[in-house]
Amino acid sequence: MADSYYNSADLRKFGKITEWSEEIGNKFFDYYGKVFEEGALSAREKSLIALAVSHVVKCPYCIDAYTKDGLQKGITKEEMMEAVHAGAAIESGATLVHGVQMMNKYNKLSM
Amino acid sequence: MQKSLKSRDNELAVTNKQLEILNGGIFADGELPYFKDKINEIGQFPLRPKKLEILQINVGYMCNQVCEHCHVDAGPDRKEIMTRETMLLCLDIIRNTGAHTLDLTGGAPEMNPDFRWFVEEAAKAGIKDFIVRSNLTIIRANKKYYDLPDFFKKHNVHVISSMPHYTRGKTDKQRGDGVFDKSIKALQELNARGYGMPESGLRLDLVYNPSGAYLPGDQMALEADFKKALKEDFNIQFHNLFAITNLPIARFLDYLIASENYEDYMYSLVEAYNPAAVSGVMCTNTISISWDGWIYDCDFNQMLDLKVASKVKHIKDYNEDIINDRNIIISQHCYGCTAGAGSSCQGTVA
Ligand code: SF4
Ligand code: SF4
Repeated sequence: MADSYYNSADLRKFGKITEWSEEIGNKFFDYYGKVFEEGALSAREKSLIALAVSHVVKCPYCIDAYTKDGLQKGITKEEMMEAVHAGAAIESGATLVHGVQMMNKYNKLSM
Repeated sequence: MQKSLKSRDNELAVTNKQLEILNGGIFADGELPYFKDKINEIGQFPLRPKKLEILQINVGYMCNQVCEHCHVDAGPDRKEIMTRETMLLCLDIIRNTGAHTLDLTGGAPEMNPDFRWFVEEAAKAGIKDFIVRSNLTIIRANKKYYDLPDFFKKHNVHVISSMPHYTRGKTDKQRGDGVFDKSIKALQELNARGYGMPESGLRLDLVYNPSGAYLPGDQMALEADFKKALKEDFNIQFHNLFAITNLPIARFLDYLIASENYEDYMYSLVEAYNPAAVSGVMCTNTISISWDGWIYDCDFNQMLDLKVASKVKHIKDYNEDIINDRNIIISQHCYGCTAGAGSSCQGTVA
């Protein structure tokens, strides 16, 4: 047993979650598979979105998975890094925009 | 420049060592199923050939490059080269075979001193599709090769060339510094002769294989990306892109082990196993002949020194009917041929 909460080999076992709850597990994987199919967005675009979101939710499994997926799809490292920045910018923007709330409160409380 | 496993005395240069790895570890301890058991589930074991369509001849392991992923372990230091004597035996086979395609490979087949003679003679046999697998840089490697595009054109050779990526960085990382620029120049030369142009009968296809421990993505999507980038950036055109999975043998196996990716890679291959790809694997319609005339189920088995399981093992005794009536020798490297949409020297199979 690896003495760590995150073990990279656990990613291989993701599919096993259906073993303890087959119906909703399968529904999740069907949905997941469908989402990443070519649609109005290309599979390539979706892969980059997934990579950005993986960083925002800080999931090491997803980061591994979508880095590999990007390589498979021929996505370059420059494109991958820009996607990560897009995610990071939204995340920091989401923090910063609360500065307006701080300003509002400050102004309201101040004479 | 990197060297071949053979000249480095790397333990993987001994094919038995490779087979030991492929048959042992995660497969022996039951973590992953053997390929044999997997194809048995769909009634495909033993794997049998169908009609012979492609004769693949490896004219030698010498190459001007030493690509990190090379399943041949080719390089300038490899001295295994087909002699004219063996070529004469091959020509007899080419004249009489029921196969419609002749596929010359290497190493860099052009480095065989009798390559041109062999192509001229083989072209006379009038085989329908005559392929030469050219690594592109050879065309720019030395003045004596500059006329290769004209030579190919003269004999209506179908050129299939490797191109790992449409960006310089990725290409040079896999195949060596300067490979990208030389390959681009070679493709432009081929285009200038009419190769790869939309309506042209001079076929130019590219082979893409991943530069690392991951599987190729969707062949059509990759082809579209390659076409767009090569056209926009270099005004280069080609016909089709074949996405080929790297099989875990020779230098690619060495890389997987050294980079601690071997297990993950085998998991990816097994996870991506596609039963629909099994009936189309290359060995069901191809045989592979080595520089010294031995016969194999495929170029990969050749590199693992797994000769055909047939009474006829060498071209001096060649008999197509007897060879076609055999069981194909398989091991865990075969998962590379059945992953996803499948993989063969002609790209996806399923
Ligand atoms: S992959 Fe092809 S070009 Fe590269 S070393 Fe091997 S035979 Fe030569
Ligand atoms: S590696 Fe060779 S023998 Fe195995 S499935 Fe592929 S083509 Fe057939």
